[in-house]
Amino acid sequence: MDRPALTQSLFGQPLTILNLGLEIFSRSLQMQQVPVVEVDWRPPQVAHLRFTRQGIDIDLANQEVCRRIKAGRPVLVGMGIAKQVIPNMHERMILHAGPPISWERMCGPQRGAVMGALIYEGLAKNEAEAAALAASGEIEFAPCHHHHAIGPMAGIISPSMPVFIVENKTFGNHAYCTLNEGLGKVLRYGGMGEEVYARLKWMEKVLYPALDRALNKIADGIDLKSLIAQALHMGDECHNRNRAATSLFIRAVAPALMRTSNDNETLAKVIEFIDQNDHFFLNLSMPAAKAMLEAAEGVEGSSIVTVMARNGTEFGIRLASMPERWFIAPAGRVQGLYLPGFKEEDANPDIGDSTITETAGYGGMAMAAAPAITKFVGGTPEMAFQTTLEMYEITQDEHDAFTIPALNFRGTPLGIDVRKVMETGILPQINTGIAHKEPGIGMVGAGILRAPKECFEEAFAALQSL
Amino acid sequence: MAVKSLVKPSAYYDSVTLMLVARELVRLPGVNDAAAVMATEANKAILLQAGLLTPEAQAAGANDLVIVVSATDETIDEALSQAERLLQKKQPEVASEAPGQAFAQGYRPRTLTAAAKATPQANLALISVAGRYAADEAWEALHRGLHVFLFSDNVSIEDEVMLKRYAADRGLLVMGPGAGTAIINGVALGFANVVPRGPVGLVSAAGTGLQEVTSLLARHGVGITQAIGTGGRDTSQAVGGITMLMGLQALQEDNNTEVIVLISKPAAKTVTQKVLDQVNRSQKPTVVCFLGEDARSLGVEEKKNLWAVRTLEEAALQSVAIVSGKKDFDLSARDLSDNITELRRQLQPQQRYLRALFSGGTLCYEAQLIWRDQLKEPVFSNAPLDEGNKLADSSHSQGHTAIDLGEEEFTVGRPHPMIDNDLRIRRLLQEVQQPEVGVVLLDVVLGYGAHPDPASELAEAIRKAQETAAKAGRKVIFVASITGTDGDPQNYSRQEQLLRDSGVILCPSNAAAARLTARILEEYG
Repeated sequence: MDRPALTQSLFGQPLTILNLGLEIFSRSLQMQQVPVVEVDWRPPQVAHLRFTRQGIDIDLANQEVCRRIKAGRPVLVGMGIAKQVIPNMHERMILHAGPPISWERMCGPQRGAVMGALIYEGLAKNEAEAAALAASGEIEFAPCHHHHAIGPMAGIISPSMPVFIVENKTFGNHAYCTLNEGLGKVLRYGGMGEEVYARLKWMEKVLYPALDRALNKIADGIDLKSLIAQALHMGDECHNRNRAATSLFIRAVAPALMRTSNDNETLAKVIEFIDQNDHFFLNLSMPAAKAMLEAAEGVEGSSIVTVMARNGTEFGIRLASMPERWFIAPAGRVQGLYLPGFKEEDANPDIGDSTITETAGYGGMAMAAAPAITKFVGGTPEMAFQTTLEMYEITQDEHDAFTIPALNFRGTPLGIDVRKVMETGILPQINTGIAHKEPGIGMVGAGILRAPKECFEEAFAALQSL
Repeated sequence: MAVKSLVKPSAYYDSVTLMLVARELVRLPGVNDAAAVMATEANKAILLQAGLLTPEAQAAGANDLVIVVSATDETIDEALSQAERLLQKKQPEVASEAPGQAFAQGYRPRTLTAAAKATPQANLALISVAGRYAADEAWEALHRGLHVFLFSDNVSIEDEVMLKRYAADRGLLVMGPGAGTAIINGVALGFANVVPRGPVGLVSAAGTGLQEVTSLLARHGVGITQAIGTGGRDTSQAVGGITMLMGLQALQEDNNTEVIVLISKPAAKTVTQKVLDQVNRSQKPTVVCFLGEDARSLGVEEKKNLWAVRTLEEAALQSVAIVSGKKDFDLSARDLSDNITELRRQLQPQQRYLRALFSGGTLCYEAQLIWRDQLKEPVFSNAPLDEGNKLADSSHSQGHTAIDLGEEEFTVGRPHPMIDNDLRIRRLLQEVQQPEVGVVLLDVVLGYGAHPDPASELAEAIRKAQETAAKAGRKVIFVASITGTDGDPQNYSRQEQLLRDSGVILCPSNAAAARLTARILEEYG
């Protein structure tokens, strides 16, 4: 054991002290002009768990999980049609956001999105037919997360939808996500109607081929990790705000789009569509997160969360040590700002797989990088700082690629540790959109909330029995 | 000169950070030129012009970080690894930052872990949370590479042993549990006095003992290097003196320390042996004060570098003697030549007993050692030297009585008597009503952590007590000593004056106060 001498490690070194407990000791140190950080200590709500019953050192396991997440290198390598590229996807399967759920228990916007998708697929002519088909048992529903996929809001992926393919170059695993449709009345918020299907068809027939051709021209793909890192320096947190990242994406893809298109008007429409949708990059930021996190699953004894997802009815999490198991609680209510004509009573509970961004160490974790979004809840930039600083309390690590200039380039909080959530009672911060609770209407606002405590309690109990 | 590069794929850094890294690299000896850039086409062109475009850099893409160094063959690899270290730091200025700057927005970290992560320069955790949580927090601090001052008590002995072994293996110091006092690099931790820097280094398993010795040294013009508190249980058989041995060895290796003082209540035999063996490994003059034990009872022959003394006062005076080039101290000239006969005359025939009301546990112990030799009748105490002299009821004195008001029976749910004088004042007023009480002895402990002005409150109480006694036709003699220095926030001289003005006889040390008390009462009999 390397054992540094006290004469070097302590004697003669300027002291910087962390004080836990009696405040008089901090005051004394301040009187002596000694740097001291006064910890706002409170008794832990549960005892700290160091080892599993099998004797695995949880901290070491968590270090390995975070090492893998940080080593991940998500790259947009191409596109494809869902049923052709997503593993085990088939013609009669619909993927959805969040933990597993049956048609009967689905919330309004998720049902709306399912019905809309069935109509878009040509499997039903109208909403009534679609509802009957969905209820018939002929359609297989499965969480996106069970298929390496990820879906915002209702998170519906139907067989014909084009998807991005993101490869984690370090580990070779892939993640899939649909293309972002824009805001307002859109399928992912449960929106139904001719304009919704028309847009989806345009995306399938025009947008997808154009992007696909362009991406084929970009030999090494588009490095999403680098785009996210840059966007964090430009005011995005890459969950509720993707304006900078979307702009960076256009820069990255535009030359190849030009070179592979012989129709300027189509090209202009494609760029316009992306440009007019500040959240276009969200559907890349999400599979990037998924690709990084999935590579860290299966580390025995780890208490790090690798999935947080909601289906609009329930909120579910999974741990790196138990990647097959969901820990579930009722989905929470979002505090937020509403679009004109809508109010809180219209809102569906929290929904979508986009919490994967928080899980991967950005989104709500990186609020301090994106003070502009605190406007969603009438907050201040100060609140954005407080939020990120608070998230460091419940995370194992700090990201080395994703940094926050305003915090002196400190890495974003990475690796939500169920133990720390339980000890401190601090719940993960989530930034999110708000869907109307009735099917067919769509987006009504956006806001923030905390993940529900119960699923962490359940996961912690499971961890204690490992 | 050689040119070598390092490519880090998908590593985005803003250009300012990279320029700072490059600037640091160019300053390294042997480095001719250096660049740290994202490998965009434009940057590659710049590298080419500078003669720094290696094939690896040429092959890298716009999202890859490239570091190129042109340097002598011997220094080039070191320069590249230095580049990696600089990038990992990513905040070249962090060391010069005020701590907690990351919390400039008013955020107070809720956990030690979060505080440590935001304060990479932190090197010591001061923990005083409730005992049942303290061990866990100490673990966390040690895992983070922090030395620990563990003020909390009620930490299990098993935890103490495990914490100290773990820490010792990593060269980290665990002071405590139950460590009240330390002065590290001149910084007072917990309850400690303002003393000058100087040649004496101390390790102590007795908190007030450390305060008394460092204060006495300071008042004799002798300063200290380090004063390490170990916690009272460190020298027990179970703990094995882990911290005391580490501290002793560190002081032996410390060039600034010329004289070492070790303080403890009597230690376990095995620990004593280990400590003495360690003392023998060095030529540094070492004063061992395992209270009440002299060279004979320790079973050592005093060699030229070891002095075994019995009291805190002797430990301080012996150290002063060594520092000033004398072999031994001279106690004889120190005691006040007060007119004992005059003092005695103030007492009624029935006023035969002393009542000592201590705030410092070690001071209570030291005084009892002196009285064991000098008083004919036993001294009863709630913390006696011999169990046979234990008070039946701590709230009622009998015969000669010495109370340690810092014992847990008095401090549960109440502040320590060094912070709050209320309990001591009530007891004092109660004692003077007893016709058999002749002398009341007090210790007054100053320094960081202690009451801001104890003498004012005590002086007022003493006046009141004398009025009560006077109504009964008596006078009680008050004797006190002050543990502290003029540098302390309370100021020794001012506290002394306040007490003198209320008629208290001030002695230069706790031991001297105990001796004076004994002389008054013995000569009276």
